[in-house]
Amino acid sequence: MLKEYQTISEIAGPLMLVEKVDGAKYGHIVEIELRDGSKRNGQILQVENDKALVQVFEGTSGIDVKETTARFLGKPLEFGLSPDILGRVFSGLGIPKDDGPQIIPDKKLNINGNPINPFARDYPNEFIQTGISTIDGLNPIVRGQKLPIFSGAGLPHDNITAQIARQSTILAEGEDFAVVFAAMGITFEAAQFFIDDLTESGAIERAVMFLNLANDPAIERIATPRFALTAAEYLAFELDMHVLVILNDMTNYCEALREISAARKEVPGRRGYPGYLYTDLATVYERAGRIKGKTGSITMLPVLTMPEDDKTHPVPDLTGYITEGQIILSRSLHRKGIAPPVDCLPSLSRLKDKGIGEGKTREDHADLYNQLYAAYARGKEVQELATIMGEAALSNEDKKYMKFADDFEARYVSQDYFENRTIETTLDLGWELLSMFENIELKRIDPELLEKYMPKFRKKQAEKTSKSKEETDRETEKTQEAAVKTTEQSQSKNADEGDK
Amino acid sequence: MSQAREGRIVKVAGPVVTAEGMTGSRMYDVVRVGELNLIGEIVELHNDLASIQVYEETGGMGPGEKVVDTQAPLSVELGPGLIENIYDGIQRPLSLFYDREGAFMSRGTAIPGLDREKKWHFKPSVKNGTKVSEGDIIGQVKETTLVTQKIMVPQEMSGTIQDIKEGEFKVQDTVALLVDENGTENKLSLLQRCPVRKSRRSSRRLAPNTILATGQRVIDTFFPIAKGGTACVPGPFGTGKTVVQHQLAKWVNADIVVYVGCGERGNEMTDVLTEFPELKDPHSGEPLMKRSVLIANTSNMPVAAREASVYTGITIAEYFRDMGYTVAVMADSTSRWAEAMREISTRLEEMPAEEGYPAYLAARIAAFYERAGLVECLGQPKRQGGLSVIGAVSPPGGDLSDSVVQATLHVVKVFWSLKAELAYQRHFPAIDWLTSYSFYKQYLKKAFDDPEKGEDMNKLTAEAMSLLEQESELREIVRLVGAEALSPKDRLALEVSRSIREDFLHQNAFHKVDTYTSLEKQYEMLKTVLCFREHAINAINAGVGTDEIFKLPVREDIARARYTPEEDIDKIRSIREKIAEQIKNLQTTPVS
Repeated sequence: MLKEYQTISEIAGPLMLVEKVDGAKYGHIVEIELRDGSKRNGQILQVENDKALVQVFEGTSGIDVKETTARFLGKPLEFGLSPDILGRVFSGLGIPKDDGPQIIPDKKLNINGNPINPFARDYPNEFIQTGISTIDGLNPIVRGQKLPIFSGAGLPHDNITAQIARQSTILAEGEDFAVVFAAMGITFEAAQFFIDDLTESGAIERAVMFLNLANDPAIERIATPRFALTAAEYLAFELDMHVLVILNDMTNYCEALREISAARKEVPGRRGYPGYLYTDLATVYERAGRIKGKTGSITMLPVLTMPEDDKTHPVPDLTGYITEGQIILSRSLHRKGIAPPVDCLPSLSRLKDKGIGEGKTREDHADLYNQLYAAYARGKEVQELATIMGEAALSNEDKKYMKFADDFEARYVSQDYFENRTIETTLDLGWELLSMFENIELKRIDPELLEKYMPKFRKKQAEKTSKSKEETDRETEKTQEAAVKTTEQSQSKNADEGDK
Repeated sequence: MSQAREGRIVKVAGPVVTAEGMTGSRMYDVVRVGELNLIGEIVELHNDLASIQVYEETGGMGPGEKVVDTQAPLSVELGPGLIENIYDGIQRPLSLFYDREGAFMSRGTAIPGLDREKKWHFKPSVKNGTKVSEGDIIGQVKETTLVTQKIMVPQEMSGTIQDIKEGEFKVQDTVALLVDENGTENKLSLLQRCPVRKSRRSSRRLAPNTILATGQRVIDTFFPIAKGGTACVPGPFGTGKTVVQHQLAKWVNADIVVYVGCGERGNEMTDVLTEFPELKDPHSGEPLMKRSVLIANTSNMPVAAREASVYTGITIAEYFRDMGYTVAVMADSTSRWAEAMREISTRLEEMPAEEGYPAYLAARIAAFYERAGLVECLGQPKRQGGLSVIGAVSPPGGDLSDSVVQATLHVVKVFWSLKAELAYQRHFPAIDWLTSYSFYKQYLKKAFDDPEKGEDMNKLTAEAMSLLEQESELREIVRLVGAEALSPKDRLALEVSRSIREDFLHQNAFHKVDTYTSLEKQYEMLKTVLCFREHAINAINAGVGTDEIFKLPVREDIARARYTPEEDIDKIRSIREKIAEQIKNLQTTPVS
């Protein structure tokens, strides 16, 4: 028997205080019925004696203290799951948003889940080929990893996530995949772009969408990633699928969290975000992974926009401390028309070492990316130096490194959003670029590997010198085209920002 | 006194629960909360109201549910069975947890820290009638091939041993009787309990005076840590704090390693769990797991248990220290621990100090690191134990003015500063040689058997360090006027410091040889790099151009010295002869 209360005593921001309540439990949900009969959902944030503090997901506008009723449902927020969720679109609170029928659940799960026992985890070490060189070659993703994309307003993170979702779902025989997409406060356009892309590739039938768009209630966003991850856990660990979860955009999630914290008058941490932001984000991110004895896996790609491209902002900062690396997008590369504009030096995949090498990618992979990194870092340094002193002041060696950095950006980093490079192509491209150096300069590569791989590319290099000019011309044309495309996009983005 | 005191919940706010009717309960008593019997600890008392931090998720809990006081402080179980185990923050074995509850952590599960059923062979070392007091060793249990546990008289107990016997025992079985002055018999078993928030007593503190070798070149050569010393590793994300911690846990020259994963990533703990049983200890050849205890309270596990995890870890470490062992504790990361403190403090509505952290933050951090040290252990036979603490700190945005970093720097003696720029160049370990420091440097020379070598090493490190200093100045000049303006000697200084950086300081944790370097090999490597400098200076004085010197093929040998296996150290020595020869050739062949 559920009791109804008309004893709301205070409403402030997204919070509402209900008094004279009997048996309210922390974390349970509340159904709120307004004067006009419309219904809303809330969750208990704190109980003290007979007073319950409730956060209202859909916002408190229109709620009054006299006639609104609150019904305490005596259970936590749950999501009803069945294999039928595939191909469906839900709201940020897990309510079907498309024209399909209601889901008849096989199973109801608490959306907060339970933490995975660290002992039960299986170490992620299966390489995922995304077809993007800067990821596969330098920052490889493995199944069960959580790798965020640190982006900024106007940068093409949507194109990259779509490309990864499109290209990384190619699997071995007998394997099953699914894509879970949680939109938090992003524009209709951004969400639709992703949906269209999935529709085109046919993956839409294997996707589950949770959409909380920019004009949907902000507080609902706190629940959205949890619904998405509950669905992902169900698909991965009950139905043995390899699930790719895309959370876009975590900055909006954190802002919703801050709103609640401010309304509760909590002592704020940095930039007004609550002190428990780290813990809260961890309860989202740490749900990625693999479990011993289960075939499925959850790989997570959270997207977040860094305010002012500032990596030390609390949201990217705390995210970086939890996730296993980060892919950082660079505005200057984007301006140069290089797409995808992955800033290689600060980008990192922590789990790469066990996912690559012989039997997984190729034996030379680890040494090769180390060398590419070292050479590119040096080239970047020289580029900086050149801007101060002019190219004329550089030594011949420095000039070579600078040329390498330019070539690397033009050929290795830059590729089409629809170009799907195999890992072999990516690795060979790396060798090809390095063939401009003498062996003695390639200190990070094992001499045996140098012996085995390099000669082939040196020969190629010699053959190509005549042809290469044509090719570079074509290359620049391509990048210019891409630049035009991306600027158009960023302009429309900026317009959206303006609307906000 | 002993009857269970019961109260009722009046308020639930996240991990903090307030209960009424708790008169007579003491601060830091452990309580069981609610119908699910969750474990909690009293952190504030106000008349009959007690604020409790709960070690498990409190969802679904409400006013009216009962709270039972167990009348005991938060304690760990100490005895055979600790080694090779992986625990959560309040010492519940995660492997048993997995067997019983499956892959996800369910709530209200109570599992004792030590296996109750396993039998151990106890060998007494004292006879009946021996008078013993706290800390005296009464016998031993061989726990793993690497660790022999000494069974000691528990805290605050003394008397005469009776009925001591050798044989196979479970941890709770009586192995001896202890009769005190009043004639009361106390049963002694292999298991003892010890509160975690108080440090275990020792007879005397000593100043650390020996190096704890780690096999990491930049650490051992330039910023060594001592047995019984304290170190901290602050750095922004992605700079390799955890890899440094893992490397130390793997290669540190300690008898026991306690690794506390405090609020960090789940997969990292899995990495340790899968790697340690396979890796061999370079000193004994046995799997590393046979000397390790792991505490894993990952970031998504309850925040209050995270607060407790570092105490659980250090208490277990102290227990092994008291047996006379060298113990190393890695705490990754103390910032998460501090954040857990902050979270609890906020819920208690305490007045915050800087950045929302409680005012007692610095005091707690200092007290934690102060539990490290070299001690003369309590009891007979006389023995020395060392406990080193290495804490990672994760300052927001890598900003070293962060309260946790500052509070830590006040107490630790070794500072390994990780720098993002180095990490971007994939120079690992990304320890910045210009800003890091160690107060234990003077003990490095004693670490060599040959005192002459020790002296020499001292000189070499001083020379290398001054070169690196010089490099940073020269680089400024290059930035302003270009490399061409430098004198040949300065160019040489730049080139040699680059060699120190790339061929010596840079160390690949994932390469099977490079991952560990003995002190002996470090000495040979550094000597070789600097030997090149010595000969090159002579050559420059004789008028040989720097370009020719830098192009010598021997430089490749110097660069690859790191991949020379430990047993072939002689080969590194022979590089020095090659250097002499090749440079000499330059001087004799006429310049074309």
